Amino acid sequence: MKVRLLDIAHARSGDKGDTANVGVIALKPEWYSVLERYLTLDRVTHHFHGVITGPIERYELPNLRALNFLLHGALDGGGTLSLKTDAQGKVFSTAMLRLVLDVPDDEAKAAGLPGVTVWPSYQRSQRE
Amino acid sequence: MTAPSTTSGAPPRINKSIVRVASGQGFWGDWLEAPRRQVDGGDVDYLMLDYLAEVTMSILQKQKERDPNMGYARDFVGAIESVLPAVAKRGVRVIANAGGVNPPACAAAIRQVAHKHGVSDAIRIGVVTGDDLLPRLDELIASGHPLANMETGDALSAVRDRVLSANAYIGSTPIVEALGKGANIVITGRSTDTALTMAPLRYEFQWAADDWDRLAAGIIAGHIIECGAQCSGGNCLYDWQNIPDLANVGYPIVEGSPDGSFVIYKHPNTGGRISVPSVSEQLVYEMGDPHSYITPDVIADFTSIHLEQAGENRVRVFGIKGRPPTDSLKVSIAYRAGFKAVGTLVYSWPDALPKAELADRVLRERLDRLGLRFEHILTEFVGVSATHGPLAGEAHDPPEVQLRIGVRGPDKAAVERFTRELAPLVLNGPPSVTGFAGGRPKVEEIVAYWPALIDKRVVQTTVEVLT
Repeated sequence: MKVRLLDIAHARSGDKGDTANVGVIALKPEWYSVLERYLTLDRVTHHFHGVITGPIERYELPNLRALNFLLHGALDGGGTLSLKTDAQGKVFSTAMLRLVLDVPDDEAKAAGLPGVTVWPSYQRSQRE
Repeated sequence: MTAPSTTSGAPPRINKSIVRVASGQGFWGDWLEAPRRQVDGGDVDYLMLDYLAEVTMSILQKQKERDPNMGYARDFVGAIESVLPAVAKRGVRVIANAGGVNPPACAAAIRQVAHKHGVSDAIRIGVVTGDDLLPRLDELIASGHPLANMETGDALSAVRDRVLSANAYIGSTPIVEALGKGANIVITGRSTDTALTMAPLRYEFQWAADDWDRLAAGIIAGHIIECGAQCSGGNCLYDWQNIPDLANVGYPIVEGSPDGSFVIYKHPNTGGRISVPSVSEQLVYEMGDPHSYITPDVIADFTSIHLEQAGENRVRVFGIKGRPPTDSLKVSIAYRAGFKAVGTLVYSWPDALPKAELADRVLRERLDRLGLRFEHILTEFVGVSATHGPLAGEAHDPPEVQLRIGVRGPDKAAVERFTRELAPLVLNGPPSVTGFAGGRPKVEEIVAYWPALIDKRVVQTTVEVLT
């Protein structure tokens, strides 16, 4: 089943130099295990391909039902050097939430995940 | 749990079971109403005001170069004026890193305010200095402290002649000392944001300097409230449509306990919301490796934090673990790094995006023909892809698109010439263009940030209490 990250998590992002951090928090405690299993480093690296220039790090915080991602080379030099509108990475959080997870049907149903049958039109890999 | 140790030399204090530290400012430029609302909305013991961001120190350094009596966060003077009755008559104590690169000048300004309001006798200002390494920079480099950039590894000598400011991030100890000497307004320079909250908890509960778990708890309390309303409903994505009365948002308050646990709450009859999701969002804000949140006092482990809703707009935080800090302090260095300018034009439907794209190509060709060279040119299409890039997908003929072009480089004249090339496009570029009322873009000098580490032992802080 296709599951929009937006429907199962909330997020906040910030900056440290040229690195943006994105904390992704499960909307329901029981959905954290879905994030842990399917919001992998590979999946997020693929998502931000062409958007950032550096590698990504991933950390788990089961106590907060959250994952933290460090996106290096995300801010056009960062701080005052950056020419970007989002020089401080404030809305990388919502860029992350555009991600769509593939969760096996039985697991998605058991966790009560809100699935989508139509691939969201804004997902870049399925552009019209 | 071990019993808190007693710090010798400090005056006797009330043995409190609860200490309330209110956040009244999350950055320089935050809501001017917040400090007064925090001291008037209910009982608090401390008001914590955080003014310093990474680049703020360099702005303040430039101001100090122009006028030796400047170089501190001037908003602080108005903030103190707005809370003066609470400080002078009700015993609320204020801790702020408003001193910037000139804490003594900041203290002098606050003394004047106290004098003007006839409360000089009731105000004792504690001034923390010693974080400013600029006067010692050459001596430090010569004695084997390369101050290498933490991100690139380059030695500071590469940009030494362009350095504007250099400040070590200092911890809670000098603030605790100032409180022990009876200060009721403590002014620091580049204290860490979190130390401003941890210090009063450490002082009141007499936590030992090696009581790692409790010090870490104080640091995390500080992290939660250091961005003001960002943990109490501001910038909160979770259920944002239903967060009540943001116009009247309540700023957060830490209700600390001696065992290191604490509750985040806000005054009654204020807007916003304090919930496990709102606090969680703030906890992950600007997070690095969650196992190691390094401060001068302690390393806090964010994977040990437990949150529970403990009533309406009350979140209890407990279980926090800490461990000894490193032997280094982080140093925030600012240096001149060239010039930049950003300009915008707005193109309207139909075909707003292709028009904006054509304007971008035309502009770049003209810059090229003029022989202007830049380190970097960045074009964004606001309304289409400025913030999410290719992740935003296709734009479906939007009603308007803002073309936003920025350049940066070492050559000020080239950046200035760029700012002259934008306006002509209104008449000699693609059609349906507007939004140039703001005039030519401003050329800004870039003051960039150089993070480094230094041996703790070479940084000595000094505490002076003015009466």
